[in-house]
Amino acid sequence: MKHELDITKEHCPMTFVKTRLKLDSLQSGDILTVRLNEGEPLENVPRTVEELGHKVLNISNIEGSVFAIEIQKA
Amino acid sequence: MSETKKLSLICFSGDFDKAIATFTLASGAAAVGYGVNIFFTFWGYNIVKKAKGRGFQGTGFLAKLFNFLMGGFNNLPLSRLNFLGLSPLLMTYMMKKQNVATLTELIDASVALGVNFYGCEMSMVILGTDLADYIQLKEQLGVTKFLQIAQGGQVLFI
Repeated sequence: MKHELDITKEHCPMTFVKTRLKLDSLQSGDILTVRLNEGEPLENVPRTVEELGHKVLNISNIEGSVFAIEIQKA
Repeated sequence: MSETKKLSLICFSGDFDKAIATFTLASGAAAVGYGVNIFFTFWGYNIVKKAKGRGFQGTGFLAKLFNFLMGGFNNLPLSRLNFLGLSPLLMTYMMKKQNVATLTELIDASVALGVNFYGCEMSMVILGTDLADYIQLKEQLGVTKFLQIAQGGQVLFI
């Protein structure tokens, strides 16, 4: 299943909190696409998601400072 | 994740701004995979009292009076520039306006992420209260039990 989450309007720590809670609600193997801003979220959300054991499949620039990361839940 | 990461916060302060610091750290750390414990003691209890306003909790006249004077969640003062309780309201308004998580949202996130809330046994005796007077408190602890729980992780006193 594919899911989406937009955290472009969120700030620390809710960028991590919302990503984590969304991932917790998914099934193993599900794909979550997270829209986030460059800077602190882009630097740290993919890293911490991988530390939690999930797989970052792709990171792409959508427009301007907004990026999308594709995560597969472990 | 091979290593277990752990953060234990001693929440002594009942100041609004320090409560924000406590729960920002707690929810952020829990979200990125830390096991998080918060040990509430003395003024920190005001943040997690079930009665959000002033109330006469506790057993005994002095305990009831003291709990009334301490207040609850709605009475948390800003550590500076409190302006008779106006500043916490103003700060919450500013946080909402800037889309920054409010204290309530941070506490809710901490609960949703499984942060462990513990209460200081000694403070509870002084205040004449018990676990049922607070939200989410799973256990009363003494110093040695807290040290045991916090062992091997990082500890912060707020």
